[in-house]
Amino acid sequence: MKKMSKVTKNNLITYAMVIAAYIVMEILLKTGHVSSLLQGLLVPLCTYVILAVSLNLTVGILGELSLGHAGFMCVGAFSSALFSLTTKEAIPNGGLRFLIAILIACVAAAVCGVIVGIPVLRLKGDYLAIVTLAFGEIIKNLVNAIYLGIDSKGFHFSMKDTISLNLEPEGKVLIKGAQGITGTPHSSNFTIGVILILITLIIVNNLVHSRTGRAVMSIRDNRIAAESIGINITKYKLIAFTLSAAMAGVAGALYSHNLATLTALPKNFGYNMSIMILVFVVLGGIGNMRGSVIAAVVLTLLPELLRGLSDYRMLIYAIVLIVMMIFNWSPAVLDMRKKLAAKLKKNQTEKEA
Amino acid sequence: MSFISYLVTGISLGSVYAIIALGYTMVYGIAKMLNFAHGDVIMVGSYVVFVAVSNMGVNPYVAILISMAVCTILGMTIEKVAYKPLRGTSPLAVLITAIGVSYLLQNLALLIFGADTKAFTSVVTLPNLVLFEGQLTISGVTIVTVVACIIIMVCLTLFVNKTKPGRAMIAVSEDKGAAELMGINVNGTIALTFAIGSALAAIAGVLLCSAYPALTPYTGSMPGIKAFVAAVFGGIGSIPGAMIGGIILGVIENLSKAYISSQMADAIVFAVLIVVLLVKPTGILGKNIQEKV
Amino acid sequence: MALLEVKNLGISFGGLRAVNAFDIKIEKGQLYGLIGPNGAGKTTIFNLLTGVYKPDEGSVILDGVNITGKKTIEINKAGIARTFQNIRLFKDMSVLDNVKVGLHNHHVYSTVEGIFRLPRYYKVEKEMNEKAMELLRVFELDKEADTLAANLPYGKQRKLEIARALATNPKLLLLDEPAAGMNPNETQELMKTIRFVRDHFDMTILLIEHDMKLVSGICEKLTVLNFGEVLCQGETKEVLNHPEVITAYLGE
Repeated sequence: MKKMSKVTKNNLITYAMVIAAYIVMEILLKTGHVSSLLQGLLVPLCTYVILAVSLNLTVGILGELSLGHAGFMCVGAFSSALFSLTTKEAIPNGGLRFLIAILIACVAAAVCGVIVGIPVLRLKGDYLAIVTLAFGEIIKNLVNAIYLGIDSKGFHFSMKDTISLNLEPEGKVLIKGAQGITGTPHSSNFTIGVILILITLIIVNNLVHSRTGRAVMSIRDNRIAAESIGINITKYKLIAFTLSAAMAGVAGALYSHNLATLTALPKNFGYNMSIMILVFVVLGGIGNMRGSVIAAVVLTLLPELLRGLSDYRMLIYAIVLIVMMIFNWSPAVLDMRKKLAAKLKKNQTEKEA
Repeated sequence: MSFISYLVTGISLGSVYAIIALGYTMVYGIAKMLNFAHGDVIMVGSYVVFVAVSNMGVNPYVAILISMAVCTILGMTIEKVAYKPLRGTSPLAVLITAIGVSYLLQNLALLIFGADTKAFTSVVTLPNLVLFEGQLTISGVTIVTVVACIIIMVCLTLFVNKTKPGRAMIAVSEDKGAAELMGINVNGTIALTFAIGSALAAIAGVLLCSAYPALTPYTGSMPGIKAFVAAVFGGIGSIPGAMIGGIILGVIENLSKAYISSQMADAIVFAVLIVVLLVKPTGILGKNIQEKV
Repeated sequence: MALLEVKNLGISFGGLRAVNAFDIKIEKGQLYGLIGPNGAGKTTIFNLLTGVYKPDEGSVILDGVNITGKKTIEINKAGIARTFQNIRLFKDMSVLDNVKVGLHNHHVYSTVEGIFRLPRYYKVEKEMNEKAMELLRVFELDKEADTLAANLPYGKQRKLEIARALATNPKLLLLDEPAAGMNPNETQELMKTIRFVRDHFDMTILLIEHDMKLVSGICEKLTVLNFGEVLCQGETKEVLNHPEVITAYLGE
């Protein structure tokens, strides 16, 4: 019982931190202390936090390396943007429409999660990683090749170009291949982003400390032992993977409703994005949800804070990343840190005495 | 005839992938890590040749040697500074560090050379081969690439199987601890692997840029990823596997570009990889190891 | 009727005959030992019984139910739980959670109920905590409930593995070298624990062991395995004095 409360306390601290950061930011916004650049970064920031937390479910709790997380985000982004675009007139209530769009993104990404997960989760380690990477790239490529239009006869679909859609003159092109979706209503904002972050955190934390979460972690720690005590490996791997994908889809919806034009570029939905999210997860601590939140925020803001250094900022970012990894993981450095800490402690006690 | 022409170009592209994949596969086999920065070493190698030939007027063949030397030193330095301190920890930590190195190399190149595309002049002076009364033209670059790939492959196989350092590599990749107990210099062997892989990356860079003469700081990243896919495809850790995987990948990519859709070519390549891994989870020539209970 | 009845069990790996014509009959409540030199095929038999390997031939009947060739999780649900020669705990989970995973199939609520903390979550979690703590107390692990399994001392890790196996409420418990790596004192204590488990939970136990003191001390019946085949079977005393067994162990 005592442990339960400790876990709950820990989770509550995380939620409180998010809320506190939100309040501080809102005050700064209201008093006009936030540069327009940073303002524009707030919704993407929320997107990255959700992505990091959801990927941490796959990497930290399930213990599988996924390099295709951006693919699920892509599915969520496009499915929800498409929905909002087509129902702009039908559902005039922006809030309701966005809520449905988020749910659609969630379901679409979850479906993809199941489709990808069933074959992929049979593989192990780096093979699983490379196949998720492949899936992410396939999704990005597919989205770039899709043309979709609507007219009085309904939807028209093509993989070639706008002309082959054969639209009536008053028909409207919804997805223009590599040019993506234009005109998605701007429904995302910082407040909704923070609410979604909190929901994501609560879902993941509650899952981890439930029967399902324990089953998933037991598979991570020792598959053979988990099987021997009657845990259905495939089922629980798939639950965790799908849930992780679904939350990435939600992040996608948040992302797409912040942009006038949504295109699937290597930098937003390619493996580069998947890797960036993975960097947040690993740097924040594998399996540590609060760490993911902090790492995502710090690393997203870092290049912006370094903007004064203009050309050197990405270089510094890269160096910071390498140094932080060595500082946090290298056995030799960890040893040194331990010794240093012990020495400091000793000095402290000596001083007190 | 056009089919044969596409096929040949595919084999040539695949040969480049194969050479890069060799670097991936050897490093993976020995250090059990995905060296994400390998693709960027290719880019560095290409820039070295570019600068040497275009700006300094060095003989192209000398330039290649310089590039190989630079890449070898670069590869060994990366290993020593960024990867070695993390040896023995979580493979994920090493992976992220490799990503950091990749960013570092890209942004260094961006600072030094700028983002604009450099027109790479082919270092291959071999004339085109015209067959069947002009119906089929095979470019000199294509021939050189394929020949280079075969030579590298043969030399590497001989090196690994017949020489002492080569066999040390096999030993280290099988069991690091046991190899160390047998008196093998594990650190030296790993450094050597990185050196060879990086030197090969330099060659691959030159061949790649001779065939597709547009050089930017990001030139290496996509071929790097694809070469890694090729290595997995063929069975990671296996030298002939990297070769087969690379060539199959290049051929599939080129034929899909020609006959299906240039936009979907990458998707098709990745889809084939997925199918192969689902049928044979350790790649075409990969060893299947079962966990002991 | 016997609780476990195995007939003519056999498996080959490549050309190697690992287990051949293996028969065993274990009565309910028995403490049964499976012994034999290294490489005799003891662990392979455990793996066959628990579905890690599928037998090439033969049958396994547990409490009247044919479980031959079934999957590991089905066999666990049918009533066989095991421990491993090289301890396999969930290292990054707490001692309590290790046991609670064992309770997984007996105390059920859905994933959705877990995520949204519906009433059944609290009710079932409470039951699970009580049950798990009860088991931990039996093995004197209750004080370490919050410790990570990886941080337990060796002897306690072995005990936790047994507790986790018992949490699945098995009819038959398989222990693979429970005393491996223990000093004589720890072994003495382990013998007590095993006997206690049998009496307290009314458990049937089949164990693999090299420590002859433990085997002769607690096992009622023995099967000796050599080169994948049964060398000798019967009451512990008779078996240990059997000339062929002595030869197999000590050589000519």
